[in-house]
Amino acid sequence: MNKTTATIRAGLARRYARERRFRRFGLGAIIVSMLFLFILLFTIFSQGVSGFSQTFIKLDVVLDEATLGVGPGATGEQLRNAGFAKAISQSLYTLFPDVSSRSDKRNLRALMSSNAPYRLMGIVMDDPSLLGQTYSGWFLADDDIDTYLKGHVDRSLPETDRRLKDQTLGWIDRLEAEGRIEKRFNTEFFTNNDSREPEQAGILGALMGSFFTMLVTLLLSFPIGVAAAIYLEEFAPKDNWFVDLIEVNINNLAAVPSIVFGLLGLAVFIQLFGVPRSTPLVGGLVLTLMTLPTIIIASRAALKAVPPSIREAALGMGASRVQTVFHHTLPLAMPGILTGTIIGMAQALGETAPLLMIGMIAFILSTPEGITDPATVLPVQVFLWSDSPERAFTEKTSAAIIVLLGFLILMNLLAVLFRKKFERRW
Amino acid sequence: MSFATTSLDTGMTKQPHSSTETAPGNMRRATTAPLDIETVVEELKELPQPVGMPLLDDPKYHTRDVSVFYNETKQAIFNVDLDIGRNEVIAMIGPSGCGKSTYLRCLNRMNDTISGCRVTGELLLDGEDVYARSQDPVLLRARVGMVFQKPNPFPKSIYDNVAYGPRLHGLANNRAELDEIVEDSLTKAGLFKEVKDRLNLPGTGLSGGQQQRLCIARAIAVSPEVILMDEPTSALDPIATGIIEELIDTLRQSFTICIVTHSMQQAARISQRTAYFHMGYLVEVNDTNTVFTNPEHLLTENYITGRFG
Ligand SMILES: Nc1ncnc2c1ncn2[C@@H]1O[C@H](COP(=O)(O)OP(=O)(O)OP(=O)(O)O)[C@@H](O)[C@H]1O
Ligand SMILES: [Mg+2]
Repeated sequence: MNKTTATIRAGLARRYARERRFRRFGLGAIIVSMLFLFILLFTIFSQGVSGFSQTFIKLDVVLDEATLGVGPGATGEQLRNAGFAKAISQSLYTLFPDVSSRSDKRNLRALMSSNAPYRLMGIVMDDPSLLGQTYSGWFLADDDIDTYLKGHVDRSLPETDRRLKDQTLGWIDRLEAEGRIEKRFNTEFFTNNDSREPEQAGILGALMGSFFTMLVTLLLSFPIGVAAAIYLEEFAPKDNWFVDLIEVNINNLAAVPSIVFGLLGLAVFIQLFGVPRSTPLVGGLVLTLMTLPTIIIASRAALKAVPPSIREAALGMGASRVQTVFHHTLPLAMPGILTGTIIGMAQALGETAPLLMIGMIAFILSTPEGITDPATVLPVQVFLWSDSPERAFTEKTSAAIIVLLGFLILMNLLAVLFRKKFERRW
Repeated sequence: MSFATTSLDTGMTKQPHSSTETAPGNMRRATTAPLDIETVVEELKELPQPVGMPLLDDPKYHTRDVSVFYNETKQAIFNVDLDIGRNEVIAMIGPSGCGKSTYLRCLNRMNDTISGCRVTGELLLDGEDVYARSQDPVLLRARVGMVFQKPNPFPKSIYDNVAYGPRLHGLANNRAELDEIVEDSLTKAGLFKEVKDRLNLPGTGLSGGQQQRLCIARAIAVSPEVILMDEPTSALDPIATGIIEELIDTLRQSFTICIVTHSMQQAARISQRTAYFHMGYLVEVNDTNTVFTNPEHLLTENYITGRFG
């Protein structure tokens, strides 16, 4: 055995031990992070899943002229002023005929969510033939009832310490016995906007706000970011102090706290250019500023990773520089660019701070229909709800987080799909 | 067939320009007295012109006083004067790192792509200044094709690799014409038989030698006037090398070919003229036969006799 072999053999055990140690360390790191992820997801899901269901009470509403004040053939205008609230109350009184005092009646009415009359109005407007008939349907219960049914109220507490009094609990027990009270999947969570009443609060507005904001962000940051990266990587003169300055600044921008972009957006876009505040447009502009450095840096790295021999081959064939980029370099860099873009967009989707600065925290009751309507976004909605005192908003918060996570997963899936599509071209 | 004989004939028809005028190099030709190589290399700097026959009448390329700098301090080529004749194969030989590739890359301005690289001197292709502002590098590179030292097929299909140039320059009017160009180019490069069933598979999936032949096919698909080949056969087996050498000999009928090679047998077989580079200096240019049988400069002789390099 020669000397080299002996030396190598002597060191082998140590080498492998080091390798095993490193492998165990890596595995440990992965297990710990998976554990935390699991705990996070578990808490969110266990709390949030109940946010998707809501308590409904079945009422038989008599839609006669005496209660509503309008008969069959009423116009829309008349319907809007009709006594639907009275009809709802009447149906409750019929269910519990023994309730008579004014305060008891008020408590009884409080079983229902305040939007029950509007739901009823909507139903009747859709189907005017119901006028004069009796309509049986499920209406949202008040959030206190919902909280109770979800098991968050301790009946053994003395009555004065509870939000739900014995009288109300008695009514609920009776409704339960009659099968008139039920937790159902809450479609209104997806079709309503924000509301002061937790049982009526939905995320449609925030969802649309997020969608429009992301649309603006993507449409601006992707082309600008990729173009900037291509210019810097393929065309800009090397060893030029100005280009170096730009590079340093882009890298620094990536590290700037996002709230600063919000201040910038406020000062520049809103105050200087007069872009309407609280809108997806200004939100998208601000998030574009925030996302651009991420996209530029990722795209440059992806472009840099394309072997120079490919560029030489194309140039040597007589392709112009732009042709070289678009025929060869860019397609080869696309997977990396898309990954960077998705990371940037995911960051933007979850961003709250800068949007607070430009007024996207407003309480918006109407669904935004375009990029210039006032809107809020999902993470801001989460922030708003988590700040609300009502117990029922806690689960709304988690439910909204689940929706947000769902969107992130969707985006990642899209990214994977795109990557696959581009990678198939070798 | 013997390439060496055919090449000699054509080589001889060229009129020597003025190269036989005394150059200091002549003084030092192959004496047996062991000269200090260092001083010989030092004296290269005073050599006003390569020894032998660097200049021609009516050349394809006319290059004078060409120097290449990779940056302020690194000069890779020193004042090279060389003419490259029409329809000739000129071989460039020399030890590794002597600037063969660098000089070759000046001829189609591939050095433009290296940041900091500066080329000075006069380079004329058919009398047109290659480095003039008005010179379009795209057109230039379509006229002057290149095969690189390392095979660099596009990560596309074999077909698309070869069809890239014709598509780029609009050389085929329809699919049938394009198919014909692709098949023709692949056949000339000696690759068609091997790949005809998998034209749609990635060119990067071929073996190294096949990739190099693919690159040759790609370069000749646009029928350039000049083809620059940087060690095109260094990764090929003798059979494929033979095919490429035969191809080079046929291409010579219509094109000018500059080939860098480390194989002196290859240079002797396929070229009419040979240029010997040493440490960035062009030392000697002459008919291939003369260079290999009767080198004038000591460095050339040392190199071809295998004493160094
Ligand atoms: N991009 C570059 N930047 C700086 N110096 C370079 C660059 N490319 C080549 N050089 C230097 O220029 C000199 C000539 O290089 P070149 O590639 O032309 O050599 P060559 O003769 O082709 O060698 P080989 O036979 O090994 O291919 C070498 O000293 C090399 O280090
Ligand atoms: Mg080389």
